[in-house]
This record gives sequence, C-alpha cells and structure tokens, in this order.
Amino acid sequence: MDFNDTPQEAEFRKKVRAFLEENAEKRSTLAAKPNGDSGSSISSAGAPETVKGEDAAKVALENAKEWQRKKADAGFAAILWPKEFGGYGGTPIEQVIYAQEEHDYFVHSGYFEIGIGMLGPTMMAWGNDEDKKRFLPKMITGEEIWCQLFSEPSAGSDLAGIRMKAEKDGNEWVLNGQKVWTSGAHFADYGMIVARSDPTALKHKGLTYFYVDMKTPGIEAKPIKQISGSANFNEVFFNDVRIPDSQRIGAEGDGWKVSLTTLMNERLAVGDPPGLDFDQIFEASKEIEVEDGLAVKNSEVRQKMADWYIQSRGLQYTKYRSMTALSKGQTPGPELSISKLVTASKMQDVSSYALDLMDMSGMVHQDKNPILKNLFQNGYFFSAAMRIAGGTDEVLRNIIAERVLGLPQDERPDKKLPFNELPSGKN
Amino acid sequence: MNFDFSDDQKLLRDQARKFLQDKCDRKSVRSILENHEQNYDADLWSQISELGWTGTAIPEEYGGLGLGMLELCVIAEELGRALAPTPFSSSIYIFAEFLKSYGTDEQKKKYLPLIASGEKIGTFALSETNGKPKPNNIKVLHTSGKLNGSKNPVSDGESADYIIVAANSDNNSNYNSLSLFIIDRNDPGVNISNLDTIDPTRPACTVNLENVACERLGEEGSGWDMIDDILNRAAVLFSFEQVGGAQVSLDEAKKYSLERFAFGKQIGAFQALKHKMADMYVKIELARSNAYYGAWALSTDSNELPIAAAGARVSASEAYNYASQENIQIHGGVGFTWEYDCHLFYRRSKLLSLNIGSIRQWKENLISNLEKRNIV
Repeated sequence: MDFNDTPQEAEFRKKVRAFLEENAEKRSTLAAKPNGDSGSSISSAGAPETVKGEDAAKVALENAKEWQRKKADAGFAAILWPKEFGGYGGTPIEQVIYAQEEHDYFVHSGYFEIGIGMLGPTMMAWGNDEDKKRFLPKMITGEEIWCQLFSEPSAGSDLAGIRMKAEKDGNEWVLNGQKVWTSGAHFADYGMIVARSDPTALKHKGLTYFYVDMKTPGIEAKPIKQISGSANFNEVFFNDVRIPDSQRIGAEGDGWKVSLTTLMNERLAVGDPPGLDFDQIFEASKEIEVEDGLAVKNSEVRQKMADWYIQSRGLQYTKYRSMTALSKGQTPGPELSISKLVTASKMQDVSSYALDLMDMSGMVHQDKNPILKNLFQNGYFFSAAMRIAGGTDEVLRNIIAERVLGLPQDERPDKKLPFNELPSGKN
Repeated sequence: MNFDFSDDQKLLRDQARKFLQDKCDRKSVRSILENHEQNYDADLWSQISELGWTGTAIPEEYGGLGLGMLELCVIAEELGRALAPTPFSSSIYIFAEFLKSYGTDEQKKKYLPLIASGEKIGTFALSETNGKPKPNNIKVLHTSGKLNGSKNPVSDGESADYIIVAANSDNNSNYNSLSLFIIDRNDPGVNISNLDTIDPTRPACTVNLENVACERLGEEGSGWDMIDDILNRAAVLFSFEQVGGAQVSLDEAKKYSLERFAFGKQIGAFQALKHKMADMYVKIELARSNAYYGAWALSTDSNELPIAAAGARVSASEAYNYASQENIQIHGGVGFTWEYDCHLFYRRSKLLSLNIGSIRQWKENLISNLEKRNIV
C-alpha cells in the first residue's frame, strides 16, 4: 500500500510539473476560488479586477484561449484523445495526474472541457471522418468552442423528456424549441443538440442527435442570471433553425444512444472537486474571533471542522482508490458518483457556517470585502447551484442506489407509453 | 499509486471471511449474548489462535507470524463483519502493541509469546469514572511498588490474564506523573466484578486493586504519551472492525428491503429507503477510504499517524453508528425485536465507538493534531 507513481507515471508527472511551473501561476489555500477552475463553470475570473462586465468576460476568454493554445502545443490539452486528432494518446491515470497537478494553478480550462471531455469523444464514436478531421483539432486548441444543448425547461433530471422539435424537410431538418442551462452558448462556435424527431415513438426512441453552427439564423442565446449574480448559463431559443442532414450524428431515432456516449464521458471526468473545503475554513477559523476567543479554539467549531475534514479526506482517499484501479488498467466503479454529492453539501455547510462565525460581517458581500475576500459569501451561493447542476443530490442518490447497490428502479410510466401520450402537467 | 491491499492480503481476507462464516455464525454470537456466564467464545478464540491470527503482527522472535499491520487490518475487518465475541481487540490491538512498542526485551520475551499463541489474554485499564480520562481523574496510585485504586470500565477485564494499568505516581496528578504498569490478574489484591454493557458480547468489568504487585512498562511519567501512541495504533484497527460491521449492516438492510413487500412492491423500490441506503453507502465508502489511509500510516510508521488514525476512527465510528441505526429503521417493527439480528450491530457499533474514547474526543484529537502539524 503506497502512494507512489509507477516509474512511467512519475515521468509523466515530472513533465506536467515542468510545463505548469514554466507557464502558470500557483495559488494559495485561501485564494482557492469557490467555483473552482476544473468544473464546467465559466466566469469572468481571470480578468484583472479593473476590467468589468462584458469586457472582463472577453479578457477572461482570451486569456483562457491563450492558455489552451499553450496546453495544446505541449500536448496536454486532450490527454485521452488519440494523437491523430491532436491528443496525447494517454491513459486515464495520466489524465488524472494532469488534473491533479493543474488544480494547484490559476488556469482556466472550463471553456473547453465540455468539448474535449464530452462532445469530442461523441463525435469520435459516432461522427463521420470528414467532420472528425474538420472539427476535432480546433476543439483541442481552443480555436473553436463547443457547447452542449441537452437540458430543456421540462427536461432536467428527466433528460430524455426533450421536447425540442426536429422535423425533416427534404435534405434538411428544422429545429424549433428551447434549450436551457447551456454553459457558454453565448460565446460558443458550435453546439451538439438532441431533439425529438418522432413524438409518437417511446420517449427514448424518438430522439435524434445533431451538431449546429451557433451562428445559424434562428438561434438566440440569452444569459440566465443566477443566484450568485453572474451568468454562466444560457437559455437558447431555436426558431425555424434549418440544418442539413449531414449534421446529424448517429441514425435517426438513435439520439438517446448517442447522448449516452456524451453523458458517460461526463462521468469519467475525475478531476479534483472545486475548492472551498476544510482547508479554507480551518485557515479562516484562525482569523475570526467568536465569543470565547479565536474560532479555531472553540470546541463546537472544532467538532464541526472534524466532520468536514473526514469528508474531504475521505473523498480524496476514495479518489486514490479509483486511481489505483485505473493504474492497474481497471475501470473505477460508479463509486465516483459520491464525490459531487458529498462535495456540494459540504461546501454549503462550510460556507453557511463560516458566515455565521463572521457574525455581522458575514452580511457583507462586495468586491472590496476586507474579510476573507468574499470566499464564503461566494461559496454560499455557488454551493446551492452545485447541489443541482450536473445531477441533483436526489438523482445522484438514485444512481448510487440503483447502479451501485442494485436496488429496484422506480416505477416508470414513461417507459411504456409513446412520448406524446405521457402525462406532462401541461395542456 | 497502489492504494490497496495486496493480492496476498486479499487472499487472507477471503480465507478469514470463509472461516468466520463457518465458525462464528449469528447463533454463536447470540450464545455469548445470552449466556452471562461466558465472556467470550472460547472455542472460536482457540481456533483463531491456532490459525495464528493472534500472532499476526507479533515478530517471529516473540512467537508471532511476523506479518505486518496491514494483515492485522484485514483480519480486523473480518472480525467486525462477523461480530466475533472475543477479546481480540484488547489483547492484540492494545496489550500486544503496548508491549511491542514499550516493553523491554525481557518483557517482550515474557509476555508476547503467550499473547501470540492466544494462551493468555491481556487488556488495558485506563478509565475510572464518567467522562474523558485525564490527569485529574486518574486516582489509581503507584506507591512503593504497589497499585491501589479502582478501574472502571475495563474491557475484557474478566477474561484477561494480564492488565496494563495506568496509574499516577504521586497525589499531585499531572500530565507527567502517569506511568503504566503490568499486573497479573491472579494477584490476591486484584478483585474483579463484571459490569453489564450495551453489548454483552463485548464485556467489561470493574477492577479493584489493593496493594497489587506490578512491573513498570515504559518510562516513568510518560504514560499519557504512550497511551496516545498506542490508542492511535488501535484506532486504525478498530476502524477496520467498524467498517466491516457497517458494511454488513448495509448489506442486511438491502437484503431485507428486497424481500419485504408493502403497498404492492418491494420496499427497496421506495426512494425514501433508496436514498437512506445511498447515504449509508457514502458514509461507509468515506470511512473505508479513511481507514485505508490509517492503515497506510500505521504500516509505514508515518508521522501522519495521529491525524490518519483520528480521521479513520471518527469516520468509521460515524459510519457504523449510522448504518446500524438505519438498518433497524429499514427493518421497521421487526428491527427492534430480539429475534432479528439488527440489534447485534446496533449494540456493537455504539460500544466500539466508545471503547477507546468517544467520537467527540477523537474529533478533538484530529483538530489538535492538525494544528500541531500546521505549526511545524
């Protein structure tokens, strides 16, 4: 039992470290951003403080693209992808090692992760050679950004409940409807979309998968302002959007099957969960005074912090167990689904408790907050979203119960009826 | 990265599991639970001693197998799964570890072979009263080579042949006045009376000492340091027992939820129960991972041990307490009957989370060790 890399892994880690040290800036514990860099969330973080609003977003995007180019030149932008598309041709353990090392640096890879992590692999599995050659290399370099147009107002946890219409007209498809929660739709160049091509078929059988140029007439992205005040997601409206049949990925009616490739790749992302954790509140507790002195000396605070420590380290060591499986060439189990479930609630507990420790100052939430730079205020808002995005706590518990423990599925009326006969709560 | 047990260790685990399924079924656990005359399963004890489990981590020169602490962790998990009613933890995780770390060569030669062979049983007596043992509530006194006072509760005291007793050397008890002494329970001044415990398969007693002859273990005045060290080591082993018991609690909850029908379907299909079992699973996996880290620190004599041990201990105690409570809940009415086995785990989990110090104390240990590391 040890934590040592194999000689090959150690060699790879050395290369990654050298690259990061040369090209990126390291961060400290208290500076860890509550929304992290490794998730799919995208914000104006990375822009100088003096730049505001849209300009800040543009600067951040340019900075991120510049970083992505460097990463691609060094070969680290898509570690799992084959070399023919500009990838590193690496192993899952190398992917994890890279993510581990990059976690300690101020870099912004979020813009590209959906493309490289999920959509690219879908195109590799289901797309034609011409498209692969045309799109995949530019996905890696960050030259073209992709977004994932899956969720809809009535298809969230129940993702297959998609209502976006895809109607065939000669050699074209006409798309009508609305997508939502689309990260980066307002700056993405392309998107992958699932739409309902046959409402009379069973729910999972009537879907078809496409890619679209986001500049196609009839597509309109509107940012959704979130609880945190920032807008990382969009509503995307499709009004008579015409696309050629050549932009279909997979067969007509196979949209759900193709989507599963995308979604399974989401589950392979084993990066470090975002920051705001035990380490941050432990540091903060050494600065905040409570009724009987420093918070770190208060027995109730210590008891609470111990809970978060064992969750935090428990997840870290669980990841080591998964890495061990990967290192031996085995597939880690769905145990990985516990990570976000635990992390999001922990972040909410930690941030809410920290605000309480700050007492009246906990109310203050502005850029120049002298106290701990808004770390916990931001976390308080972000964690509420994190418990929902990418699978709600409840869906994750269902996944653990059904796929890990083998408990029965709920009764599913939607598996027996054609989609257009399902109760929807709407007339 | 190889954060896992080796193939040999996994083989040992499989063999131990099979052996215990056969020799330590629920019927034999219940026979100890229901028979107040018997403190432990003597047949099982002699069989696991014959297999060498008691000597797993004791060096060959002192009669053990000379395997490592990782092998002992593997066995601990299996003993926990089986609810084995034996004094294994007192004698092996604690008494033997004290001797290994702090005994003179002469003491090791005298005691360890007898402990390794299972012929004799040892335990440790610290607590005297309600609340956390600390300098001002240890009243057992060492004067002119004799011990006087009373220890309460002492795990496996009635089964023990030897007891390590924590005693103060002057009336002005402070952190540096505590020393450890080994006594022979056959000394005429030793008077033992059984106590009922929340889990009668893991008994405890009061030990009264009246001018009892003793030999010192380790340096005079360094009692608390030695106790911290050995209880850290024991905490890792206990955490494996706890993870083992927690896992079986979840497995049995799941099994019942698939057999029991209500409202026309398996109760395991209700989300309220599925989510509860998912939460049990999450706590157990985190506890298992924390225990693995403890095992790594224990087996490599890492200076991370105090943190790793406390993390493992807290995580495993909470996971087992939760799993055993919710196992009863999922069983519904039959869950709180004597007939169903749920209460065996409910008893054992709480007892294990107390017997080397409460969750509360271990959380405090965890944070204070993290503070120390930070300063260094």
